[in-house]
Amino acid sequence: MVPDVPEQRDTWPAVRAAVVRDAAAIGIATGAYALSFGAIAQAAGFSVAQTCVLSLAMFTGASQFALVGVVGTGGAASAGVATALLLGTRNALYGVRLAPLLRVRGLARLGAAHLVIDESTAMATARDDARAGRLGFWATGLAVFVCWNLGTVVGAAGASVLADPRSLGLDAAAPAAFLALVAPRLHHRETATVAAVAAAVALASTPFTAAGVPVLLAAAVAIAAGLRRGDRAG
Amino acid sequence: MWPAVLVACGGCYILKLAGMSLPERVLADRRVRRIGTLLPVALLSALVATQTFATGQDLTLDARAAGLAVAAAAVLLRAPFLVVVVGAAGATALVRAVS
Repeated sequence: MVPDVPEQRDTWPAVRAAVVRDAAAIGIATGAYALSFGAIAQAAGFSVAQTCVLSLAMFTGASQFALVGVVGTGGAASAGVATALLLGTRNALYGVRLAPLLRVRGLARLGAAHLVIDESTAMATARDDARAGRLGFWATGLAVFVCWNLGTVVGAAGASVLADPRSLGLDAAAPAAFLALVAPRLHHRETATVAAVAAAVALASTPFTAAGVPVLLAAAVAIAAGLRRGDRAG
Repeated sequence: MWPAVLVACGGCYILKLAGMSLPERVLADRRVRRIGTLLPVALLSALVATQTFATGQDLTLDARAAGLAVAAAAVLLRAPFLVVVVGAAGATALVRAVS
């Protein structure tokens, strides 16, 4: 239950169990969504092997959907790659928050970097306790990695069954998941304001910009708000 | 298609690693920390908005809005994560089936 923030009196074993349970739930949910990714990639003309490599090596859902979406609707492969990279830049921005929390070096950093996605970042930052945040990152990253790739294989193999994931409403599953992840952080008024402005900017710019740009403009909102608050704090 | 797949995969990983590898002094800056806290909120909110109310470059109001409404209600009721996601997908599918 992601929106649940444990109370101060909770012991570490209780917190640990709650984090692992949340991570498993997120993994299962994204696994179900990966079914539709596997199916859509097939329909867009990607082979089963290419589809599986995308989930294994790219491992960032929005970028993967963007790549197969652009190619599937007749766009150039280069346009699909550019869109995927634009969407992927937010993972670099997540690293700004994650690096001081995870404090990983060498091989561990190479592994941790691969697991930097929306879900693992949200779980790492959903709790104030640093130990719970680190556990949230690794547990969620690994759970999503396993389920995402299993879902991709099954979805790609069974593409004919899920040929139209829209009929199952799967295209609404991702925004719902993102909403559940961001909700616990909307209790602070300033954060909620940034969220609302970011969403408005993204929608307002959608008709005038290339795919992926609206989300990056939303990032600019966060940067502007962060700099402004920094100035005011002296 | 393989070159596109491999370039996109490599590029996305480099972006992830670059973010994790920023020098300590950059991360110690208070403004950077604040921005780092606000960024996921802004990006996730933008993803919620665009993945619900946009199709390509067109703003649209379709069955996904019903799904998001159900998700929002479930979040307010502190429903489990899976209920939020499955509820949204189910509501969207239902609206599509009857419209």
